[in-house]
Amino acid sequence: MGSTIAAISTPHAVGGIAIVRISGDDAINIAKRIFSPARDRDISKMRGYTACYGKIHNNGTEIDDGVLLIYRAPHSYTGENVVEISCHGGLYTSREVLRSCLENGAIPAEAGEFTKRAFLAGKLSLTQAESVMDIIHANESQLHKAALATRDGVLHRKIEAITNKIITICGDIAAWVDYPEEDIPELENDKLLAELSRAKIDISSLLEGYDYGQMLRAGIATVIVGKPNVGKSTLMNLLTGYERSIVTDIAGTTRDIIEESVQLGDVILRLADTAGIRETDDVVESMGVNLARRRIDEAQLILAVFDLSESISDEDREIIAGIGDSPAIAILNKNDLPRALDTDIIHQNFKNIVTLSALDVDGVNKLSNAVKEAVSDGNLGAEISLISNERQRTHAVNSHRYIDEAISSLEGGITLDAIGVTLELAAEELLKLSGKTVTEAVVEEIFSRFCVGK
Amino acid sequence: MGYFMDDYDVAVIGAGHAGCEAALASARLGCKTIIFTLSLDTIANLPCNPSIGGTAKGHLVFEIDALGGEMARAADASLIQSRMLNRGKGPAVHSLRIQADRVKYHNYMKLALENQDGLAVKQAEVASIAKNDDGTWDVQTRIGGTYKAQTVIIAGGTYLNGLIHIGDESYESGPDNISAATLLTESLKELGISLRRFKTGSPARVHKRSLNFDKLILQEGDEEVMNFSSDSDQEFKNLRDCYMTYTNEATHEIIHANLHRAAMYSGKIEGVGPRYCPSIEDKVVRFAEKNRHQFFVEPMGLDTNEYYLQGMATSLPEDVQVQFMRSIEGLENVEIMRPAYAIEYDCCDSTTLLPTLEFKEISGLFGAGQFNGSSGYEEAAAQGLIAGINAAHKVKGKEPFILDRASSYIGTLIDDLVTKGCNEPYRMMTSRSEYRLILRQDNADQRLIPKGHEIGLVPDEKLNRLNLKLEQIKLERRRLEKTTIPPSKELNSYLESVGTAGISTGIKLAELLKRPQVTYDGLEPFDKDRQPLSREVTDQIEIAIKYEGYIAKQLAQVEQMRRFERRKLPDDIDYMSIAGLRIEAREKLSRHRPLNVGQASRISGVSPADISVLVIWLTQNASKGGNSNDE
Repeated sequence: MGSTIAAISTPHAVGGIAIVRISGDDAINIAKRIFSPARDRDISKMRGYTACYGKIHNNGTEIDDGVLLIYRAPHSYTGENVVEISCHGGLYTSREVLRSCLENGAIPAEAGEFTKRAFLAGKLSLTQAESVMDIIHANESQLHKAALATRDGVLHRKIEAITNKIITICGDIAAWVDYPEEDIPELENDKLLAELSRAKIDISSLLEGYDYGQMLRAGIATVIVGKPNVGKSTLMNLLTGYERSIVTDIAGTTRDIIEESVQLGDVILRLADTAGIRETDDVVESMGVNLARRRIDEAQLILAVFDLSESISDEDREIIAGIGDSPAIAILNKNDLPRALDTDIIHQNFKNIVTLSALDVDGVNKLSNAVKEAVSDGNLGAEISLISNERQRTHAVNSHRYIDEAISSLEGGITLDAIGVTLELAAEELLKLSGKTVTEAVVEEIFSRFCVGK
Repeated sequence: MGYFMDDYDVAVIGAGHAGCEAALASARLGCKTIIFTLSLDTIANLPCNPSIGGTAKGHLVFEIDALGGEMARAADASLIQSRMLNRGKGPAVHSLRIQADRVKYHNYMKLALENQDGLAVKQAEVASIAKNDDGTWDVQTRIGGTYKAQTVIIAGGTYLNGLIHIGDESYESGPDNISAATLLTESLKELGISLRRFKTGSPARVHKRSLNFDKLILQEGDEEVMNFSSDSDQEFKNLRDCYMTYTNEATHEIIHANLHRAAMYSGKIEGVGPRYCPSIEDKVVRFAEKNRHQFFVEPMGLDTNEYYLQGMATSLPEDVQVQFMRSIEGLENVEIMRPAYAIEYDCCDSTTLLPTLEFKEISGLFGAGQFNGSSGYEEAAAQGLIAGINAAHKVKGKEPFILDRASSYIGTLIDDLVTKGCNEPYRMMTSRSEYRLILRQDNADQRLIPKGHEIGLVPDEKLNRLNLKLEQIKLERRRLEKTTIPPSKELNSYLESVGTAGISTGIKLAELLKRPQVTYDGLEPFDKDRQPLSREVTDQIEIAIKYEGYIAKQLAQVEQMRRFERRKLPDDIDYMSIAGLRIEAREKLSRHRPLNVGQASRISGVSPADISVLVIWLTQNASKGGNSNDE
């Protein structure tokens, strides 16, 4: 086998405790790198089936405290050395623990891989083995669905754009090498370096700015907008569960930005209730309005509230125009009152629409589903997490490393044959996300762009 | 009336580059062999470009030589110009290409066949092949002769139902107006082989006196002439020059105005043509933004005035060919001797073949060369050699001889053909090999001579020469790794002159050589104990030291690949009954019947999860039957 795998083995949900499991020859060494037992115990000397308490860290930063349990080969589920680290539940913490494992030598476990290893080590019966095949099968179709869901999403487009960039460079090198006598522009090192650096920065920003963990930790910057008295504050209160905003029937009551973090299912929204958007003479209120407009520009998700009981107003139109292409959910509030709103314009401008009454608790579920959908679409704006799982992240990290290698080789005067191979590995890492192989892609690239041949 | 002629171990149909290598290999391995050709005068013909090698193709020629094939020696014997392409782009992609005298090449190979013990050379059109109940084959010629054979290799090239198109005219023919083989296809269909149509083309040959050489751009051969075979020890020199020129906008206008008369555009051709070998009308249409296209003018040989226009393939009618060529600088008075043409031909679906090039479903029948969907002399010869070796092994009851992707370009070529298949004539390119840093032409001898020797195609003497070279490499590398040289003004001024930092303390020679800018030759003045060594030896040391990190990384990838390659898949797996596999994977695996898990993983439509399932299934089955084929 050789490789050591790691995964979160508890369900991906917010719970009391999460378990990160590591299995393989190197499991105990990896545990040593990320776990400091209390009272200076030495993990490598611990016997099987023993546990200890300690701190979990990554690169010197403490993540959590937890309990570590050791199983020594062959007396474990997989028959290999296994370490289980129990940490505090919550998506963010467990992911950070997993990431620490991955950054210290483990690779992400494939679907059903612990069970597969258990089977290969003779730990499972044949009947059990048959069900492993089913697990793998089922997991794959799930993955496939997930991939389809993000196909039109930002992640897909971003990764595809970077992959294409790298393949273009590979194609340039390959064409220049395979067709030395053709009329192909000579590759200039400076230009090549500039292109590689750009690709590297693109991946870095995917990795850093678009970090799922960060999104979970910080929450999605969400702004509630709508004309005065449409029910923004009531909605805020519904979500937060208590009266945070001042609610009155006088339009223009909310004057500054009120922020609150709200957990909706898996997702944390960093909610901001804004002053009703309205032309006003009141100085304080108009400052609030300006602040609201700026918030819209910066938000990752906009909840645009409309009043079902009134016909569409110029202010509504202004809000719709202001939102533009930003990710947004339209909330048609006050469905307990008689309808007066012509919803055509809403349907033309919003993909996600929820009809509710902010006075009714049922509204939370409706909204929660809509938010989940918007998040899993990957259609969220600006700084939102795109690298949504550890496997994707690992591929992106590897690709980044290969590009880095190619750059330093190029700078060091290494010939293009070696650089081409390194870059193909970089592209291959990204292509693994879409299942194409790199040589095919490069060959396609040559023929689509260069006029070559005898 | 039919009549019986004789019994053979191996019958080879076609004497092009694939057929010649196949017949020579099988005869050399002790099989009684017969090779059939439509005409003895076109054995090993070069019907297209008069050159051997080039990018990736040069690698194939070196590999053929290392395995004991003939192509490299034939190329050396007919060399009239030699160029090492891609100098400066790194050793992995250095590629030798030589211009060959077409007639000399043919003469050399014809004589090699004639001189080969155990090989009968026969001019005849094979009309049919049929399998007997005892597993032997009846090969029947058009005039009624029946030849019995244990195994048959089809290497029909573009002759199989060849159809030539020039403008609006088309007629049944092979290249150079040798008649097409129109009968054999029928019996192949009866054997259940599904055939398809591929298309390729060849440019015009023109008369030397009609060229204005003053206006052409001279392309001289390299000063230091290289040759292909490690067996060739004569002094080589360049005997002829090549030239280059460009089309222009006037040329493109003429082509555009006559597009409707091109066979390619009138819809008459059903065959699929290669993208890498576009006709000039294709180039002009697809790359409309380019206002000129370059092409080369190459001599066809020493004793002829024919010149070949490389890059100028076309299916336009002859009158348009003359017209557009005369719009080109240097070709104003051009006189066409053989017009350019497109040719369609029958070929098989290469995914129905095993990596031995034997048909999966038809025991004893092999395919090689263009018949398998490849393109190019070198690709054909490589397959011919492998088919010949395996046909002989089959007769002798020996293990199949299979080269994997990490061993060679030959292995990559064949794996691509039989595993991925091709939708157009397949050409070898360096970018097709993921292991190209370790599959260089300069180390083809190290990679493959031991294998060639083991098979019995490479004589002891050639292996001994290699071992001597390897020993010299080892000793010299060790010396460089141990020898420390002190800093000096002279050394530092050399280092700075090549653009790298000087040193202030003593340093090992090998350490210095790691720097890309520093060369073995450049260190000569500072290396007092150096013994004279051949360029071949010092090149190997330099490459091994400079690319050490990259080579190590590729070797690790190879090891990973080979782990899967070693997990054999039994012939009798019923993929349809393996529950965990997706339906698509079950169908693909049933159809392809891969030999091992590695090959299975490269079939399009088979996912990594399917491979996991397959591995589990294999392990499960092994423990049931006690038949473990685990690594």
